Amino acid sequence: MNLLDPLIQGILLGGLYALFAAGLSLMFGVMRIVNLAYGDFAVLAAYGTLIVVNAALISPLAALLIVAPAMAVLGYILQRTILQRTLGLSPLPSLLVTFGLSIIIQNLLLMFGSADQKRLSLGGVDTASITLPFDIRVGVFPLFIFLLAIVILSILSWVTAKTQYGRLVRAVSDDPATVDLQGVNPKQIYALATAIAFGLVAIAGLAAGVQTSFNPTSGSMLLIFAFEAVIIGGLGSLWGTLGGAMILGVAQTVGAAFAPAQQILAGHLVFLLFLAFLPNGLTRRKVRA
Amino acid sequence: MLDVTKLSAAYGQVTAIRDIDLAISEGGILAIIGANGAGKSTLLKTIAGQLPTKSGSIVFDGDDVSGLPAYERARRGIIMVPEGRRLFASLTVHENLQTALSAKRKGAWTLDAVYDLFPLVAERKDRRAGNLSGGEQQATAIARALVANPRLLLLDEVSLGLAPSIIGELYASLPIILEQGTAILLVEQDVSRALNVSDEVHCLLQGATSLAGKNIALSEISAAYFGTERDS
Ligand SMILES: Nc1ncnc2c1ncn2[C@@H]1O[C@H](COP(=O)(O)OP(=O)(O)OP(=O)(O)O)[C@@H](O)[C@H]1O
Ligand SMILES: [Mg+2]
Repeated sequence: MNLLDPLIQGILLGGLYALFAAGLSLMFGVMRIVNLAYGDFAVLAAYGTLIVVNAALISPLAALLIVAPAMAVLGYILQRTILQRTLGLSPLPSLLVTFGLSIIIQNLLLMFGSADQKRLSLGGVDTASITLPFDIRVGVFPLFIFLLAIVILSILSWVTAKTQYGRLVRAVSDDPATVDLQGVNPKQIYALATAIAFGLVAIAGLAAGVQTSFNPTSGSMLLIFAFEAVIIGGLGSLWGTLGGAMILGVAQTVGAAFAPAQQILAGHLVFLLFLAFLPNGLTRRKVRA
Repeated sequence: MLDVTKLSAAYGQVTAIRDIDLAISEGGILAIIGANGAGKSTLLKTIAGQLPTKSGSIVFDGDDVSGLPAYERARRGIIMVPEGRRLFASLTVHENLQTALSAKRKGAWTLDAVYDLFPLVAERKDRRAGNLSGGEQQATAIARALVANPRLLLLDEVSLGLAPSIIGELYASLPIILEQGTAILLVEQDVSRALNVSDEVHCLLQGATSLAGKNIALSEISAAYFGTERDS
């Protein structure tokens, strides 16, 4: 059996999962919020893209220029109005509220859309592929998403490491009350982080909508993949998250090469192995309480 | 510059400071003294905006700031060095100082000027704040506050747990800070050290003012400090 091919496909798939996981990991890193509605927001963004595409007759990529900022604004408002109130010592309020949001979004999509599978199309690019050495064929779009994931993670890690906003993000996850004393409203930092995460989720939602298909409830599966990537990679490390996403992708595609119907199960199994033997993930960073 | 009138503040239902009056003018220094639990930190936190004002007013440069959030007061120049330093442990010393640039206040205290004042901090520039000694942490905390170019600097027990030599170094920087027109409100448990830098003291006892004024005899101060009877 040729394993090189599924390996490459898995790595590329990891790019998609990394796009998802980055936003989830950002929100957790800055606010200690586990956003259970994260996958549903991705699906919401995919539907939004579909609506814009049908209304304006433009390509999904062009529609993204409207949908991603719109999602970012939605994230900002959501953080300032609802999520901010759930922050505190206990993680329970934010879990309950984002779980509720998840149900609300799924039901709204069922109400206003339909339950069947939808897909976004970029025309010929959907199926185009190029041939690499060793006769490996890779899809142009998955390759594009993988490279995009690398670019976006590089930008994110540069922003966190080098800019004033990035310093404040790190400071606020150390000690929000003291950030206040430096003349910065911590709520503003939180809301901007959520806006970035929601902009990312729009990009990830579009990528998932082109690469696979979606329906009103497919957000839950996306959330689980993002989760698994974050945990495998190690909480709080962007590059760890990319590594985790690639491991998950490879586990799924290589698993599928052995047992075509058990692709997702193979991913879960690898995730459980990590949980059992490397609970701090690849980067082994300790999580602060 | 700062006029605090009948200020009270509480933690939940428990009032921690009651009817405090104090004033401080540009370039002035006032030492707040008192025993453990007297309410010194509570008073500073209330002025800085970390604790809501229950009643009374905090007038700063002509405006009542008692309703403003802490970050807004910081932007106006009320900068606190909190009890226990509260550095951002995962940031480097330099990054800790840079966070204060967000107060967006121009003035004499550029990063370079602050490093000149505290060579100790400059030497540790690239070290993570979590890996500093107590004295280095305290110097960094003061340096961070200075980068915001305070009009009013609130210092909460900067000498706590430090060796005498480093305490001396930190206190030696105070006159230089005052020279720039910054006023300092200093919390200090050690009365004689407080009297060294400030003629004026404000003594708290169980949340209320027990004595306030200039050039007061040490015996009278210690009576107010411990709440023992004094014959007047
Ligand atoms: N976060 C808090 N919640 C409830 N009560 C508090 C809190 N912080 C302080 N107190 C109470 O308020 C009173 C004043 O405390 P404060 O910390 O202001 O004293 P202090 O003069 O700064 O003492 P120290 O010299 O020990 O720092 C004390 O009785 C204390 O128990
Ligand atoms: Mg105190």
